[in-house]
Amino acid sequence: MGLRTPLFSEHQRLGARIVPFGGWEMPLHYGSQLEEHHVVRRAAGMFDVSHMRAIDIDGADACAFLRYLLANDVARLTAPGKALYSCLLNEHGGVIDDLIVYSRGINRYRLVVNAGTANTDMEWLQTHSNGFIVNLQFRADLAMIAVQGPEARAKTAPLLPVNLRDSALQMQPFFAVEDEAQDWFVGRTGYTGEDGFEILLPQAQAIDLWQKLLAAGVRPCGLGARDTLRLEAGMNLYGHEMNEMVGPLDAGLGWTIAWEPIERNFIGRAAITARRNDSDCRQLVGLLLTGAGIIRDHQSVLHDGIIVGEITSGGFSPTLERSIALARVKPELSDTCAVEIRGKAISARIIKPPFVRNGKSCIDL
Amino acid sequence: MNTIPTELKYTKTHEWVRDNGDGSVTIGITDHAQEALGDIVFVETPEIGRLVNADEAAAVVESVKAASDIYAPLAGEVIESNQQLADTPDAINSSPYEAGWIFRLKLNDVNTLADLLDATAYEQVVADDS
Repeated sequence: MGLRTPLFSEHQRLGARIVPFGGWEMPLHYGSQLEEHHVVRRAAGMFDVSHMRAIDIDGADACAFLRYLLANDVARLTAPGKALYSCLLNEHGGVIDDLIVYSRGINRYRLVVNAGTANTDMEWLQTHSNGFIVNLQFRADLAMIAVQGPEARAKTAPLLPVNLRDSALQMQPFFAVEDEAQDWFVGRTGYTGEDGFEILLPQAQAIDLWQKLLAAGVRPCGLGARDTLRLEAGMNLYGHEMNEMVGPLDAGLGWTIAWEPIERNFIGRAAITARRNDSDCRQLVGLLLTGAGIIRDHQSVLHDGIIVGEITSGGFSPTLERSIALARVKPELSDTCAVEIRGKAISARIIKPPFVRNGKSCIDL
Repeated sequence: MNTIPTELKYTKTHEWVRDNGDGSVTIGITDHAQEALGDIVFVETPEIGRLVNADEAAAVVESVKAASDIYAPLAGEVIESNQQLADTPDAINSSPYEAGWIFRLKLNDVNTLADLLDATAYEQVVADDS
């Protein structure tokens, strides 16, 4: 049996189909994954993401520590509450995890990391904290609910602690506000390509907020919809687009690496610097299937009958009503290709992701 | 609770079989199967005239989650495929036993119908599954 979030009883009560995910028992859907997908694009849906973990990092060397550990540069977080997406790399330039780091003032940070990698991350951070004055705190005491969709912020704001309501509505995307005394933390972040909040709060208050969101008309959504939403939004999923063997440059994450200033040394820098000029380096592209079928993970990408890449995430786009995918392919590939589906080469168009943003298609079908 | 119509025959792999009484059968997937698969978004139906053996993969049903093979329950020749499923694959979710039928077979031997499960036996398969 896997781990259960504080909202597990709610998922059961709401008739969720429960599946194992990253060591946890999580809701896949509550009836229809497609309807859950559409409600996030058109109104507001909520996800229990309590399996993701917050790690708080404080101390005189917290900034220096994260500048050494992360491929993106936390020195860019000049405003309190500002968030940054980054990879945590190993020495070989592989990705241990991808995460969001929020600034909480000078030398105070909060990381939000993936469920399946949280323990590895924590060990990695601890191992490399030698010589730095930092305090690492694994926040297993917090739950996390993501509310996403065009109506998400308006429906959620009245349910926040009074002192956070205005500031939560006023903050810009990729910022967070918090009430430290009550341990509520609200980020204008997400994983769907829609506006919304990700809310960290004490576990004991999770069911109350969830039920109030339900009463406000926010629909519960499972991991199934979360995956099709992030795929349409062109967002990477750890373990699919990148892993400990596949680094950021091969996963379309070059934009998350802070190469400047050149004197900043960070773990993995030498390896990815070498990879930059490696003709073997792959590109991550979007695919839109023009023939019939559904693209699935690990299928081969073909050009003139020769394998030129692999599907990293494939599936059905509910918004476009077509099959789409992310694929790791040779750098010279452009315009069109084919995907090998059950022995047949089915034609596809190469697209620059995202496919869908803020409820609208970004591509011509 | 999933419906299991008593007038149909079944397979362990969750296909249903309707005896059309003229040597042909209609085949689809059960209510239990459609619910387990989730929202169905694409169906690959077999070509008319294709000869299939019993337990041979004949069609593919793709849900938002995964692709699943649909097996020919008995040996025969494909005489019709449900063309409506190209536009409305979700008919398998909403009407698994009627609008969501997948293909029809002309049986090599109508006596092989006796090899299939009846509703009671299939109910046991579903119970053992969960």
